[in-house]
Amino acid sequence: MTSARFVSTSAWLPLGWMAVFLLLPVAILLRVSFSEPRFEQPPYTELFVIGETGRWLWEGTLQAWRWLFEDPTYRDALAGSLAMASLTTLTCLLLALPMAWAIARAPLAWRTPLLLAVILPFWTSFLIRVYAWISLLKPEGLINAALLGSGIIDAPLLILHSNAAVLIGMTYAYLPFMVLPLYATFARIEDDLLQAAADLGATPWQTFLRISLPLAWPGVLAGCLLVFIPAMGDFVVPDLLGGPDNYMLGTALWNEFFRNADWPTASALALTMLLVLLLPLALLQRLQRRSDVPA
Amino acid sequence: MNTQARGTARLGFLTAVSFGYAFLYIPIVLLVLYSFNDSRLVTVWGGFSTRWYSALFENQVLLTAAWRSLQVAVTSASLATLVGLAAGLALVRLSGFRRGLLMACFGSLLVMPDVLIGLSMLLLFVNLEQWVGWPAGRGLTTVSLAHLTFASAYVAVVVRARLLQVDSSIEEAARDLGARPGQAFWLVTVPLIKPALISGWLLAFTLSLDDLVVASFVSGPGSSTLPMVIYSSVRLGVTPEVNALATLLIAAVALGLLSAALINRFISRPDSSR
Repeated sequence: MTSARFVSTSAWLPLGWMAVFLLLPVAILLRVSFSEPRFEQPPYTELFVIGETGRWLWEGTLQAWRWLFEDPTYRDALAGSLAMASLTTLTCLLLALPMAWAIARAPLAWRTPLLLAVILPFWTSFLIRVYAWISLLKPEGLINAALLGSGIIDAPLLILHSNAAVLIGMTYAYLPFMVLPLYATFARIEDDLLQAAADLGATPWQTFLRISLPLAWPGVLAGCLLVFIPAMGDFVVPDLLGGPDNYMLGTALWNEFFRNADWPTASALALTMLLVLLLPLALLQRLQRRSDVPA
Repeated sequence: MNTQARGTARLGFLTAVSFGYAFLYIPIVLLVLYSFNDSRLVTVWGGFSTRWYSALFENQVLLTAAWRSLQVAVTSASLATLVGLAAGLALVRLSGFRRGLLMACFGSLLVMPDVLIGLSMLLLFVNLEQWVGWPAGRGLTTVSLAHLTFASAYVAVVVRARLLQVDSSIEEAARDLGARPGQAFWLVTVPLIKPALISGWLLAFTLSLDDLVVASFVSGPGSSTLPMVIYSSVRLGVTPEVNALATLLIAAVALGLLSAALINRFISRPDSSR
């Protein structure tokens, strides 16, 4: 056996695994989305049944898909997800730009600890990090207590169960995904280049906008995609911090499955999510292939 | 630009950076602080107390779920490291269609929303049971399989990054000296990328321990994992016991990361680029 053969043979493990655990499930999603829910195991109808003449008959239906297009709830969920994911991406970008820049320009010995400090929250439970915000945001929570105590407001702000709470929670949860690729591209920019710009009379702000940011463009795009894609399908944040108005694709899918036990509609929603994310996913792939931006 | 304006710009910049870090850490710090609060209310400091920790250790539901989650995390992380190692190797040394396919699959898994992974995995398990009778029902096996799948993508990223730095001529030297390809890989390359395997395992372990959504879809009756139990108690309102549990988890993660950093430094002193 040659080395190439060894690599080629061992590649069948991940390839086979992906075929069974990623590609096959997507095919099954498609199949179930053409069924009707029923009270049996499995809780959806067959696509083909053997008719009286002994021939296979098509029994599938477009019902789930029709609902998705006709019921405004799902349209709102899609619009809500798109809006919230875009807004989250923007706030993450605005917060992460100065952070990533500061880390990349910090003395060498400082960079690793500063970077670790950004990654550390990512290693602690997502659920717990979202949960921590409940005690901060609720009407009798700490933010309101502080604002009331200092006399800035005289009635508690109703932040929890609002769009603002979902935005705060999502920004908090996904910020590290933005900082890391930004840092990776900022760190590659040579100090000499910035010094040259300064010598030629550029202000730090001008240098940042006209030299650093254009050079870091792949990192900016990668960061935006790394935040936008998971934010589109988030369930935990809108469920715990949002109110009844914050219906998003993730919550819609969860409710169809767990509350209504409607597997076909849940499958159609999942495929819709996948379709919407296909373009951003492809973009991210291209970006990572071209310029080794760390994920 | 004069020095004063430069100073103002610098101040604004520092404010923005500190705001970012404060934003990341204030909720966690408060959570830890309030786990030692004697009062049930977050806004009232009732004095230092460890009563929520004692309550935690008497909560059988939480403890059983924690044990379950630990089993799932160890199993799925170990197997994910194996799949991720093979995937990382293929991503670096393979070319053509199969590499592109692997890139697309593992790349998508990294960012794909949990609900999507959860539902499609559940449908897979339900159908597999119909077709081949395995896995029978849903439980810790199905949760482990699902976790193993998405965690392997993270391991693959870490392994690939490390493999790109390893000089392949070392393995070739082993081949020239008569080692079989498998031998050369396991005896030469695997030890070289050990730090990546350790951090990949830790990452997979943490991701598994952390997962609520996928586990909710693919677990069965009586196999609720720790995040599922936390979630249902959080839905009923903030409980100080959860604060205590969260503090313990954060401490465990911090300790794990610290030891990983130390191991990393210890093993790969000459080229500790990761």
